[in-house]
Amino acid sequence: MPLSYNFAYLDEQSKKMIRRSILKAIAIPGFQVPFGGREMPLPYGWGTGGIQLTAAIIGPDDRLKVIDQGSDDTVNAISIKAFFKKTAGIAITEETKEATIIQTRHRIPETPLQKGQIMVFQVPIPEPLQFIEPKKSQTVKMHGFEEYGSMHVKLYEDIAKFGRIATAFDYPVQVHQRYIMSPSPIPKYDNPKLHRSPAVHLFGAGREKRIYAVPPYTDVVSLDFEDYPFELEKWDGACAVCGSTDSFLDEIITDDTGTRVFICSDTEYCKKNTGNPAP
Amino acid sequence: MTRMPENSSQPLLAVQYLSKFFGRQLGCHDISFAVSPGEVIGVVGESGSGKSTLLNCIAGRVKPSNGSVFFHSSAGMIDLCRCDEALMRKIIRTQTGYVTQNAAQGLKMHISAGGNIGEKLMAGGMRHYGQIRKMALAWLERVEIDPDRIDDLPATFSGGMQQRLQIAANLVNAPKIMLMDEPTSGLDVSVQARLIDVLRKLVSGLNLSMVLVTHDLAVARLLCHRLYVMKQGEMVESGLSDQILDDPRQPYTQLLVSSVLKP
Repeated sequence: MPLSYNFAYLDEQSKKMIRRSILKAIAIPGFQVPFGGREMPLPYGWGTGGIQLTAAIIGPDDRLKVIDQGSDDTVNAISIKAFFKKTAGIAITEETKEATIIQTRHRIPETPLQKGQIMVFQVPIPEPLQFIEPKKSQTVKMHGFEEYGSMHVKLYEDIAKFGRIATAFDYPVQVHQRYIMSPSPIPKYDNPKLHRSPAVHLFGAGREKRIYAVPPYTDVVSLDFEDYPFELEKWDGACAVCGSTDSFLDEIITDDTGTRVFICSDTEYCKKNTGNPAP
Repeated sequence: MTRMPENSSQPLLAVQYLSKFFGRQLGCHDISFAVSPGEVIGVVGESGSGKSTLLNCIAGRVKPSNGSVFFHSSAGMIDLCRCDEALMRKIIRTQTGYVTQNAAQGLKMHISAGGNIGEKLMAGGMRHYGQIRKMALAWLERVEIDPDRIDDLPATFSGGMQQRLQIAANLVNAPKIMLMDEPTSGLDVSVQARLIDVLRKLVSGLNLSMVLVTHDLAVARLLCHRLYVMKQGEMVESGLSDQILDDPRQPYTQLLVSSVLKP
């Protein structure tokens, strides 16, 4: 008999344990649930948290999309897709609309998510209070007693230094008027997409062994000051490939004389705009 | 010494039969005293006599083995050692300030001076950057730090400035009582004098109560209305500052007072 893996690599007991943590996370929006993180065949920092979540929830009928920095075809995205193709034999897609599970690092797709879809985020640092309070024993209490005022110190420091809130990614949010959550590591451009989203958003941190979630149609509010409200990034130009002005743009240096262009970070969205839908 | 304030009927803080054991090691034993609004209490004694342990118990940083710390809040006298932890933390956060000997422990060294002062305001729910900034500038001025330094990290400050910044960061949300653990130790004499000057001004202006732990009897004489002398975890003598320092009764206090070097 040839050597084979269990469906989606993880054994059923581990998947059950992770699913239990997911249910708890959904029941308490934004709360970080500890879970028994397993060793995965890829290093920490490459999405071990996300890949465990996906492994725990994926079924034979699912269609998986994996994006890395908005792109469908970077090393990390390709490898994770190959991993699940091999261990679960499930269908892979680049179409946001087609996908039932979207595992992501850094971006939420530009195409609006629908009811029934699940976003899985790979999270490096789940604790938003870490910057203010390095002691875990303290941050747990701060969450428990809702002592969140000092979270604004980070934003204060930004304004004092740069004249504006310069935090561009990992921008802290308050979920369901209760827990402060790090939507890391998406750009703040994507924060509003979490607010009252019809999809389920699951966050997995492999190294830190934490799972948290935003259930569908939940309030997700970005922190700000009365006189310095939350703002989205703006770009001077449009996408050099598709001409889009309403998507998140990456700045790319094209030669050694400093020529630069902006192009869409979401490759699937960009391809669609140019009239070449994804294969 | 400044004039003793008029005593209101109820104390602001009342410590009763407080003990703390670290295993078989005695921290402090059977301590009782009360602090009235606006009153400055000094706790003196040599190193290892349990002064800091006592202060940490009052500040909720260490859980006492026995006894009570009553705080006069809007809901009456509340025992901080027995009440709900959320309530205890709220009272400690909003009504007390805690100044440590080592400013690096009390301040956030990677956050600017303004951010350190603003933290308690933001914790209290202030969400207007301009207002926070304005209050931080005003407090820097009150503790005699150049307002131009508002965006500098505390690490770039001198020891005395760090200590004054720590005091500003603790006073900004108008607490009722300050708990100070050797705030002047490790500073040279002229810097100490300036810090004491700032403290005296603030205390008389704000009707602030204070529990000052120190081994420096000169500081105690200048700032405190009443003194408590500790030895090996026990309170051995108490009374008005001048009375204790000029006419000590217990042999230990006599030794303590006579051991001060006179220039």
